[in-house]
Amino acid sequence: MNKLINRRGFLQGSLVASAAATVSLAKKSEAATFEGYPNAMGVLVDLSRCVGCRSCEAACNKEQDLPAPVKPFNDFSVFDEMQHGQKRRTDETRYTIVNRYDIPGREHPLFRKIQCNHCQEPACLTSCFVNAYTKTPEGAVIYDPDVCVGCRTCMVACPFYIPTFRYSSAFHPRIMKCVFCYDTRLTKGLPPACVESCPQEALTFGRRSDLLDMGKQRIRENPGAYVDHIYGEHEAGGTAWMYISPAPFEQAGFDVTVPKEPILNYVKDFLSIVPMVLTIWPALFAGFHLLATRKDKMEQQKKNENEGEV
Amino acid sequence: MTINPKAVLAAAVLLLAGTLTTPGRAMDQLDAPETVTIDALADLYKPVEFSHKRHAQLARCKDCHHHTTGQQDMDPNCVRCHAQSPETGRVSCQDCHIKKQFYPEQVIAGNNPNIYHIDKPGLKGAYHLNCVPCHIKKNAPSECDSCHALTDKGRDFFHAGGEKNGKAGPAKGKDEHAR
Repeated sequence: MNKLINRRGFLQGSLVASAAATVSLAKKSEAATFEGYPNAMGVLVDLSRCVGCRSCEAACNKEQDLPAPVKPFNDFSVFDEMQHGQKRRTDETRYTIVNRYDIPGREHPLFRKIQCNHCQEPACLTSCFVNAYTKTPEGAVIYDPDVCVGCRTCMVACPFYIPTFRYSSAFHPRIMKCVFCYDTRLTKGLPPACVESCPQEALTFGRRSDLLDMGKQRIRENPGAYVDHIYGEHEAGGTAWMYISPAPFEQAGFDVTVPKEPILNYVKDFLSIVPMVLTIWPALFAGFHLLATRKDKMEQQKKNENEGEV
Repeated sequence: MTINPKAVLAAAVLLLAGTLTTPGRAMDQLDAPETVTIDALADLYKPVEFSHKRHAQLARCKDCHHHTTGQQDMDPNCVRCHAQSPETGRVSCQDCHIKKQFYPEQVIAGNNPNIYHIDKPGLKGAYHLNCVPCHIKKNAPSECDSCHALTDKGRDFFHAGGEKNGKAGPAKGKDEHAR
């Protein structure tokens, strides 16, 4: 009767229980995939239309009240700038950048606008442990500087290297990135400033679902004019900003190794067992410890009792 | 866009004469205005004085006006529906291409499943998408300011600085940068 459960039985049982909990939690997390908000907006960037006028950069600077540029926005020598062996990239003074790509065999260079792609399931959002990021139903990925602790994990997590840090301000450091003109325009149904400024309509603003139709129509109706792919339809689980290109995407500087599923999926399984580890494991190992030390304790107690008798 | 009234009168007379003699005939270059001042979008750039006459000598009507002038557009995507399309009453760019592209009304209009032209450019897009590729192809000027000069507002927008029309002193952008 006094041996209802022995040590071996307890160990076996607890191991089986924790394994079962792990499996069931992991399965549950796999089922929870997010297809994006139904009426979310997006932008389709057509590289064949962009002429590199930099109007979008100027419009962004004005709309977001960013510092004055080092060179005027109609100075095209910036396309030759290289920093650390790389073309220009977004930073705390510029949420969007246009870069030129001279592609061998093509008569004219291609220009590519870079900004936050506003992922359906953003890695920055997933990585942020204070929930400073929000994916809004309108499609924007916005950022709340009031709760941000400045850990910069989002900068590491982003597959497109978009969030940048305002190192220049010691007292108001914060993440700086494109917010899709969320508060000034998107919430009012207006296109972002860059889109409205584009003379070539290289940027098309609309519902993401409509943009996919448009992109596919352009590819279908202009045989040979485009690569048959919409970058961002599936990249990183789908993005609000998408691209079509007349040349292979890697030649225009795109990272074609970005996975087709949300970055979140790589950590979902791990993250799903974190609560279990934090709740079950302490109790489990405390139990192990108590069992392992029970004998010593009982002996100690016996000793004490004997000593007391003497 | 304002059209030279004399040209309009001439065009009207010619159009009338044309319809009297050969009914149903497609419009031709003579119907067109000599110059068109494109100022509907002038803001950061000054209006464009567009020599319609000169361009009509260099290109066919359909190259810019699609099927609306009664000329056959041979683009396979257009002839599917517009093979027999007669000339239309409205041929000006802004009669079909809207100024407020991508504004909410237009996004909602996209709900209509009967619209084929789901990807019609706005007015600014229509101008540039029509003009720029041809200018590049024919080695015509294709810099922004070779067709329209920046306004003062445009200079500020681009932080262009200097050479302000008749005004001394650098623009805001350059000023801030100098600090």
